[in-house]
Amino acid sequence: MAINEYNKDLYKEDWRWYEDGYEVTRTSVWTGPGCHNGCGVLCYTKDGKLEKIEGDPNFGYNQGRLCLRCINMVENIYNNDRLKWPLMRDGEKGENKWRRVTWEEAFDWIEETYAKICATIKNEYGGIGPEGIVVLSGTGRNAMWHGAMVLRAVFGSPNIAFGFLSADSCYQPRMTANLLKEGDCWILDASQLHPDRYDNKDWKCPEAVLVWGNEPLASNPDGFVGHWIIDLMRRGTKLVVIDPALTWLASKADIWLRVRPGTDCALALGFLNVIINEGLYDEDFVDNWTYGFDELKQRVQEYTPEKVAETCWVPAEQIVEAARLYANAKPAGVQWGLAIDMQISAMEASAAISDLVAITGNLDVPGGNVLVRYAYNSSKKYGCGIEFISPEMLDRRIGTDQSPIHKAGYTPFIPPDLLLEAMENGVPYRPQMLWVHGTNPIANMAGDAPRVYKAWQNVPYTVVCDYYITPTAVAFADLVLPMAMSVERDSFRSWWQPLRSITQCAKRYHECKMDEELVLELGQRFNPGFFGQFEDLHAFLTWMINDDGHGVDYDYDELNHRVYDWWEFNETYEKYKKGLLREDGQPGFVTATGLYEIYSPLFDVWGFDPLPHHMEPFEGPYSTPELYQEYPYIYTSGHRHIGLFHSEHRQLPSMREVHPTAIADLSPEIAEEIGVVEGDWVWFENKRGKCKQQVHIAPGLLPNLVRARHGWWFPEKQGAEPVLFGVFDSNGNNLTTMGVHGPTHYGAPYKSTLCKCYKVTPENDCSPSEIVTQKGGFGYVSY
Amino acid sequence: MSAIDPKTQANEYGLLIDYEFCTNCHTCEVACKKVQGLTVGQFGIKTLEDGPRKLPDGSWEWTYLPLPTDLCDLCAARVAEGRLPSCVHHCQSGVMYFGPLPELAKKLAEKPKQVLFSR
Repeated sequence: MAINEYNKDLYKEDWRWYEDGYEVTRTSVWTGPGCHNGCGVLCYTKDGKLEKIEGDPNFGYNQGRLCLRCINMVENIYNNDRLKWPLMRDGEKGENKWRRVTWEEAFDWIEETYAKICATIKNEYGGIGPEGIVVLSGTGRNAMWHGAMVLRAVFGSPNIAFGFLSADSCYQPRMTANLLKEGDCWILDASQLHPDRYDNKDWKCPEAVLVWGNEPLASNPDGFVGHWIIDLMRRGTKLVVIDPALTWLASKADIWLRVRPGTDCALALGFLNVIINEGLYDEDFVDNWTYGFDELKQRVQEYTPEKVAETCWVPAEQIVEAARLYANAKPAGVQWGLAIDMQISAMEASAAISDLVAITGNLDVPGGNVLVRYAYNSSKKYGCGIEFISPEMLDRRIGTDQSPIHKAGYTPFIPPDLLLEAMENGVPYRPQMLWVHGTNPIANMAGDAPRVYKAWQNVPYTVVCDYYITPTAVAFADLVLPMAMSVERDSFRSWWQPLRSITQCAKRYHECKMDEELVLELGQRFNPGFFGQFEDLHAFLTWMINDDGHGVDYDYDELNHRVYDWWEFNETYEKYKKGLLREDGQPGFVTATGLYEIYSPLFDVWGFDPLPHHMEPFEGPYSTPELYQEYPYIYTSGHRHIGLFHSEHRQLPSMREVHPTAIADLSPEIAEEIGVVEGDWVWFENKRGKCKQQVHIAPGLLPNLVRARHGWWFPEKQGAEPVLFGVFDSNGNNLTTMGVHGPTHYGAPYKSTLCKCYKVTPENDCSPSEIVTQKGGFGYVSY
Repeated sequence: MSAIDPKTQANEYGLLIDYEFCTNCHTCEVACKKVQGLTVGQFGIKTLEDGPRKLPDGSWEWTYLPLPTDLCDLCAARVAEGRLPSCVHHCQSGVMYFGPLPELAKKLAEKPKQVLFSR
């Protein structure tokens, strides 16, 4: 199974052993550092201190391999900048002045503030009370159920949102499209659901993979290790890469489609046109397991390769060639990514790509796209604790009534764009506290970050739970709570496969608390009726993994000893044929028709187009030609660094040596046009704002495209305003939007807007952070 | 593999690198720094880049090559314990192999786009 031959005497399959004065713990790690995976590691500790860490060769998921995040674990845990104890604000917001408090004092403050918030909501808005607290969550890490439990089970509020991620534009559109069409989510099958990986007898290597809107090597998205693509390439998989940039994978692809950002739905419909009209689809699957094929057949006639070529800026013959390659490969898979979510056609593109997978017979087959659930069907993620919320309180959710998909319960989140509006205009009520659980919105996911900064001034209280002081904490927090990192935590991971232990092996840094302890201890104060039943943390975690009879039937300590538990359901193919998906035990999918719904009856009911259709980007050459004159470049934000995760890791010397600053990609054509060379600094500017980043000239990039880097702030700069760690200086989200999305309320144009670009000079240089924090911003432009 | 006496290593052991699939993930560079305790600016292995360059036929060439430096001792201490060099153990693409040179030379002949480093 392993790539290399490892010494079995040294790399054991036990959960803990002792060698050379070290205690060695075999477990998985997940948060911090942040990532979407949870690789297997061996932690070597002495006296409760992590001395070194290695990849676990006996875990098929990573097979001994590690990325920079785990390799830098020791540097991260014992970094002197890390938060050591709870901090209470000791000056004005933005001054970065703090005083050390005990956890007891912190909890007292939370209790007193909670009472004030409830009184305000009751007296000023005629509400119930706790709904004045809103939890902000970051991307999917081992801080998902914790914020949700603090919100619902501890405080009794129904309001949880991503940290101003406009229109939930990260994986939510793709997941929701999957859920609506086939009732479950799919992932590319790189045999990661089997413990023996590539040796597994049931698995087949995909003949072809479409890497669509995704740079998996850098982003390691959603429980998928990007380098599994390399494993597949070595086994002969052909690649079709759909990306406006020449990524390294694109340079190795059999076909690279250099697509115009924001036109993925049109491209997918073009593929479907070729596949349907040339009869390359799987007739058996279409006849027996789908609903509405004829309507799609009619729809795709509008999307001829020639027409799609004009829309997507890709040659028609390449579209035909790629569609045939994918349809004729058996099996073939799709590895899709964030770029699909970050456009107003996100839901439509996701639906069309789902249709591609289904009608070519690649759904839930070995080496195709397989349907997965959280290991042992554990549902305790962002949605957990919903049982603590009364129907009356659910109706108090902010903004949910304005989006049919949210209202129907397909997501536990409230729409972040409408949360922002509530902060701005107090309707239906003004949030009184933002509980920021592991997210750094103004450095990272907030669209139109300056607008979010301004609106946040209207919120009386903010609590931040994090590892380091962040720009978000300095700008808004009253209280900052120091959290324990992965190897300091007792926890578990059930995201896809397998169920994994996360076993504490290192003592917590100073007074840091595990997220799990925070939930339990706060719960014992606020909701002793429920949390009083747990005599200790492990009893609480046992309750979590047992999941009211849905989960495993053993306790948390047993999970630590097992390390990994592979769930048979996730190893099984063609589950829809075997009656494994539906509660009634019948074959079929978890949809109203029991079929894969090409034509979506739900979309019809909600007033959306029941079939995929292309919409032009919100701002672009065809939708806003006048604006395009002034801002002649297509602008994408969120370009990832290999080894970094969002806005994390900027404190670590080993990371900054590899990634020193915000280095953006410019096409050689733009560089020549504006007269810049490698290493110059440039301004990206549009009508919402501007930021500056350093130039990398990227051969192959779509000629009128710039790719801004993601998540940059500078811990080495002054924390106090007006500098605020330089959080707005290189912030790609000074140019993006809040409140702009498609009809389904999903998908914002983070990766398909416009800008101009010019060199930073001594004459035009300035501090965007000062403009935002001291001068009221760049001047808000309404849409 | 079993434990190896570090004294026997010179000119006998090496690293085989299948550079066709090196992605420049920097894992080898930093894994090495951690084992050797190297400061910023020092490397025991460093990834070099060629390209991306458009070839006359329209395809692209873009190659990364991890190059062991003078500070590389093939992880003598780890190898003596019976472990693999840290870069080999952790390489995300699995493109690095450690072993006796004659064995690696045989492997070298098995596929194109590989290089063999001796020490």
